[in-house]
Amino acid sequence: MIVPYSHVLILAGLLFVLGAVCAAARRNLIMILIGVEIMLNAAGLALVGASLRWHELSGQAFVIFIMAVAAAEVSVGLALIVHCQRRTASVDANSYDLMKG
Amino acid sequence: MTLCGALFYLLGGITVLATVLAVTRRNLVHAVVYLTISFFATAALFYLLGAPFLAALEVIIYAGAIMVLFLFIVMMLQLEGVRKAPAALLRQWLPGVLLGAVTLAVTVAVLLSVPGGRPGLATAMAAPRQFGRVLFEQYWLPVEIASFLLLVALVGALYLGRGEGPRP
Repeated sequence: MIVPYSHVLILAGLLFVLGAVCAAARRNLIMILIGVEIMLNAAGLALVGASLRWHELSGQAFVIFIMAVAAAEVSVGLALIVHCQRRTASVDANSYDLMKG
Repeated sequence: MTLCGALFYLLGGITVLATVLAVTRRNLVHAVVYLTISFFATAALFYLLGAPFLAALEVIIYAGAIMVLFLFIVMMLQLEGVRKAPAALLRQWLPGVLLGAVTLAVTVAVLLSVPGGRPGLATAMAAPRQFGRVLFEQYWLPVEIASFLLLVALVGALYLGRGEGPRP
């Protein structure tokens, strides 16, 4: 007997909200990417808890795919950031306002 | 409270604390190091929740590969991240924190009102052999698609990261 499943979900929700706040409030592109990573990790935690709750290994299989997507996302995202930094010499999200009216 | 329950709350506290510290740091290197601590604690949580293989993968992929990639890029771009205090701190943080607090309050209220989450989780362990059997018997097509996705990400990262120099 560990803890109620709702406590696992609350912990995952707390981590997810922290990641969402990080992605919304920070202006550094790398910190925005880190926020997305935190959100994906929180989703994985919720899935592992659900896998234990219903004794179903599919939840853990989904975490594998979340990790694959996170790895792909972070590699392409960081390459994009390096590309943008070469062009504009800035990683501040506010400096990308070329299309602002 | 059992030993496993106490461990869960301890590890959860470490995870949340390290994540809060990572989110609020101005120095990017410090943020990445705190996030590594958070991912290590999450790996221990995975082990506690009966997923030892995923705990190993969490350490290898998240705390290992992804965080090293972040550190590498931060150091390559030479962003020290210790610029002057921003003028728009309140305008930037207030909406985010407000929305996050409301979302969290609603989530917690809903979760605590659902009766299905009340009984405690029994400890169980999914052996890697059993897990691999499920993964490759039921989810062989998604595994192939994920490998294709990683190939596409590799090509995309190479294309985006190529230098401006003359073509070989």
